[in-house]
Amino acid sequence: MDTIVVGVDNSEASTRAAEFAVDRAQKNHWKIVLVHVIPWTPFSFQTASENEHRHRERQRELEAATEQVIAPMVEICERGGVPHEEIVRHGKASETLLDISAESGAVHIIVGRTGDSGLRDAVFGSVANRLAQHASVPVTVVP
Amino acid sequence: MGENTMRDSETPQMGSATKTLGIIGAVVAAFYVVIFALSPKPITFPSPVPEFAPDATLFDKVSGWITGLVFYGPSANGEYTIRIVVIWLITAAIFFTIWLGFINVRGFKHAIDLVRGKYSDPNDAGEVSHFQALATAVSGTVGLGNIAGVAIAIAIGGPGATFWMIVAGFLGMSLKAAECMLGVKYRQEHADGTVSGGPMYYLRDAVKDLGKPGLGKGLAAFFAVCMIGGAVGGGNMFQSNQATAQIVSQVGGEESFLGRNTWIMGLLFAAAVGAVIIGGIKSIAKVTEKIVPFMAILYLGACLIVLLGNFGEVPAAFGAILDGAFTGEGAAGGVIGALIVGFQRAAFSNEAGLGSASVAHSAVRTKEPATEGFVASLEPFIDTIVICTMTALTIIITKAYLDPAASELGGVALTSNAFASVLPWFPKVLAVAVVLFAFSTMISWSYYGMKATGYLFGDNPLAENVFKVIFLGFTVLGSIASLGSVIDFSDSMIFMMSIPNLIGLYLLRNVIRREFSHYRARLASGEIKEFADRH
Repeated sequence: MDTIVVGVDNSEASTRAAEFAVDRAQKNHWKIVLVHVIPWTPFSFQTASENEHRHRERQRELEAATEQVIAPMVEICERGGVPHEEIVRHGKASETLLDISAESGAVHIIVGRTGDSGLRDAVFGSVANRLAQHASVPVTVVP
Repeated sequence: MGENTMRDSETPQMGSATKTLGIIGAVVAAFYVVIFALSPKPITFPSPVPEFAPDATLFDKVSGWITGLVFYGPSANGEYTIRIVVIWLITAAIFFTIWLGFINVRGFKHAIDLVRGKYSDPNDAGEVSHFQALATAVSGTVGLGNIAGVAIAIAIGGPGATFWMIVAGFLGMSLKAAECMLGVKYRQEHADGTVSGGPMYYLRDAVKDLGKPGLGKGLAAFFAVCMIGGAVGGGNMFQSNQATAQIVSQVGGEESFLGRNTWIMGLLFAAAVGAVIIGGIKSIAKVTEKIVPFMAILYLGACLIVLLGNFGEVPAAFGAILDGAFTGEGAAGGVIGALIVGFQRAAFSNEAGLGSASVAHSAVRTKEPATEGFVASLEPFIDTIVICTMTALTIIITKAYLDPAASELGGVALTSNAFASVLPWFPKVLAVAVVLFAFSTMISWSYYGMKATGYLFGDNPLAENVFKVIFLGFTVLGSIASLGSVIDFSDSMIFMMSIPNLIGLYLLRNVIRREFSHYRARLASGEIKEFADRH
């Protein structure tokens, strides 16, 4: 059974991407790995007291993401009866999605297109763009 | 780690440990012989009994005694004092450099790789990274020492002081590695998921593991008391005092309205620091944390402009540094003066051996405490070898130190003059930099002092809040007057931290060496691997 990676956040587009993925997974007998990336960089500057609380903050962020972002997507997978796995990780969205797809041997990456941050995308490139440019497996961007 | 592996890694070292100790002893003895042989005669041993004015208060007397003892040392040629506490720090730095097999050189590339995240497990993403721990600690140490301290060193010891400052920074790297590794290894995780670390914890717990629980507790408590004193003084009063002086010098001098009412600046500083440490207004701290690296880069940029503008003179400046370091020509006090002043300024600037940075480094979450040791060794490198050397070259190239009034001008003013001779507008920027560096140092030390208070009073929130209020009170006091005995007292408290801390490090030398050599062995065997390069 092949594995596909679906990058999700708590947007409408993510829901559409998950639904699309479940639909294809049913037909192709794919296993879905739901991935949510919490934006984070190891190169930011923090104060000592922020560092002291960082571990607890991280746990909170992971729990909140699992509850608010992943749970609704899991529901979509379960409704469709598709095998699934969930990963929440900190990092840069595009890099982390690529890392995870490589680790899990995914044959396909599916993400939604939010398209709501035109300026930022123009400057930094959107997650979907970066994936399309760097991934070694096909990438589907669900509008 | 199985018991067998421990025994295996320990047994072959026993012989070599004795040999290493012998080598260290010889090197340290040679160091002292050189100091005393090169010293211009006569060396005098002043009386350690301080003299007091008839109207001296009890505080003045207590402070005078403590300062006199901490900063006691024989006087060479009657001009400069070979302070015992500096010798104490440098001896430890030499000891651990040899004891850890020149970890400062051999571990340098690995330290850079760790900071770059090459060995960071992606599954641990979101934790305090090596880079963050280093940046936090560096923002606490980069400050006046880099701007003012270097100028003082060159004014007194001549260009040669720079060479010895670099040597001391280089040796301090090993000391920093040792104390920060222990900070991570013996840190405490509280029930709410926060972490505390630093010398208090390794002195208490690691020394207890050696079978000396009473000694460990005593050293830890002594350390905590000194750290509170150092935080209130050198980490706070001294900073607000110098920052205020800088602002006053740029807005009209001592006769101006602000110059006569420096308490206004003190209140402003206290309000800003209080907003962060009591009000929890993170944004202010966030802004400083972001501005400090920016200012550091701006500062280095300005140094580079001065150096590139006088590029032809750079080799001559290096020549003067090397010349002064070994022949002492042109320096007021000869080789010994350059050496002592250079070593002293390096110790003031990078805090290696004082144990303060260990508190900041211990938040990092790593399975390998040794990694944080490697990373922390970069701190004296950045602080002393890079930033201080740049300052020194700027001062030497612009010949600002040859100004007859150099030693009276004091630190910041001399550096300021050096820049002004090439970039007339820079003193204003420098004043802003000094204020921001002072502010970030105050924030860092308020944290250190709070952790020490927390340690002494069992994380009692009331005690920590009382400490914060007292801390802010001293921020205002620092801006008001020179308060000589208070500043001296707080300075000596900072250096007193090195007494319990280094006793602890010597006691724990085997633990420290085992941790690093075990880690290195696994790194060499490939057991510790790099994670794949990022895209």
